[in-house]
Amino acid sequence: MNWVRASLRGLILPAITLGIWEALSRAGLEDPHVFPPLEWIAWTAWNDTLHASLIGNLLSSVGRCAAGFAIGGTAGLLLGAAFGLSRTMRVLFHSLFNTLKQIAVFAWIPLLAMWFGIGEASKLAFIALATFAPVLVNTEEGFYRAPAGLLEVGAVLTLRRFQVIRRIILPAALPSIMTGLQLGLIHAWLGTIGAEFFMTAGPGIGTFVAEGRDRFQMSQTLVGVVLLGLVGFLLQRGAQALERHALHWRQA
Amino acid sequence: MSATAFQPWSSRVVLALDGLVAPLALLVLWWFASAHGWMPQQVLPAPDAVTSALADLWNSGDLTTNAWVSLRRVVLGFAAGALAGILLGAAMGLSRRAEEVVRPLFTAAAQVPAIGWIPLLMLVVGIGEPLKIIVIAVAACVPVTLNTLAGARAVSPGFYEVAAVFRYSRSQILRRVILPASVPQVFTGLRYGLTNAWLALVAVELLASSEGLGYLLVWGRQMFQMDLVLATMSVIGAVGFALDAGLAFVERRLQHWKIL
Repeated sequence: MNWVRASLRGLILPAITLGIWEALSRAGLEDPHVFPPLEWIAWTAWNDTLHASLIGNLLSSVGRCAAGFAIGGTAGLLLGAAFGLSRTMRVLFHSLFNTLKQIAVFAWIPLLAMWFGIGEASKLAFIALATFAPVLVNTEEGFYRAPAGLLEVGAVLTLRRFQVIRRIILPAALPSIMTGLQLGLIHAWLGTIGAEFFMTAGPGIGTFVAEGRDRFQMSQTLVGVVLLGLVGFLLQRGAQALERHALHWRQA
Repeated sequence: MSATAFQPWSSRVVLALDGLVAPLALLVLWWFASAHGWMPQQVLPAPDAVTSALADLWNSGDLTTNAWVSLRRVVLGFAAGALAGILLGAAMGLSRRAEEVVRPLFTAAAQVPAIGWIPLLMLVVGIGEPLKIIVIAVAACVPVTLNTLAGARAVSPGFYEVAAVFRYSRSQILRRVILPASVPQVFTGLRYGLTNAWLALVAVELLASSEGLGYLLVWGRQMFQMDLVLATMSVIGAVGFALDAGLAFVERRLQHWKIL
């Protein structure tokens, strides 16, 4: 029963944390809005779920994340493939992309807000932007992974360019592309959180968290933060499962 | 990329110049568009408005003041986060028991990106200087911890056998085997950590600050001064690049022995 003991040890720190929290709120030394008793937090979670505001916020965030990921991911795949396949594209646009990539992604928010307002369009644009760079970089890298031997075989078989891409370059690029998409998904969720913090119009789990802060309701903020982490975790797990599924032929 | 090494220098110069075609074309288009008033100044100011905004920032001292504030925050936060990450990662890497105790809570907390903690931390510590340092430290800590842990674990078993032959004590093993063997991975963590720290700095300064580069962006937006926003973005890009390049330089210097 070694693993039982190990997982019990893993509970020590969370238990201590919760104990200190509860003690702080019970002792009345701290503002109960900042350190609410645990049952308040549980009640907030239950109550907001019941009133559907939590689920509604959650769904609109996930939908927004998916839409932004789709836009930014597609753009990243296309431009990454163009960079990987065409020297001309690379020579013309690579330095431009590399320069823009240096700018920390959150620094784009004020610019996007001035261009597209603080509504849905800005949020989508920002999520797409956050997704774009990691997908592009990994897609491009994947296109250079084709083994030289296979390319020679392709030349011997006088395959046409299209066939070389489809049968040799693309399968070799797939693992790296998958890594890029997975990273892109993590960045898309980060972008969703950021976009909802900065542009607080409209529903969303990030807005829910920020609203909790404005109303000085720690229980609301904390419930929201836990959900942020949970969704991020599930997205990552989902992406990993998809990757395994898509690449299962590699074991053969 | 490697093919360029075999080309004569003249064609390499041509290649480098080709890389300037698209940016220059974009610049000309930008200049042309603003000169002909295709876009309002608040949406896309002229290129020379951006450079003069940059010059104004520099001459008035606003640029240096705010850049120093940001740099100080990122250095303090990164130092605290990296130190915590190395200690945490080393403790988990060296002791199974420590890992069993710390890992579950760490993993759970790490699922929320550093930026996600900002509203919660605002409630606890307010919006002063500690908020920025904590957020940046959290952002830096996670990748440093994970990479230090992986580095400490990945020491080749052969090294331990050699150490056993030499009858190294536990502290000697730590200093002469584990430490040098895990340095590359720790540095990978540090570089990710610094990138994350810089990203978190911009985010936290946008949300809650009255000075720093992120605040300049907010200010520019509120004043509808797009030229100021674009000038500040270019500074943020340059500083981010310089930070990463600086750490890469340190990494190369520290690991020069690896080539042997």
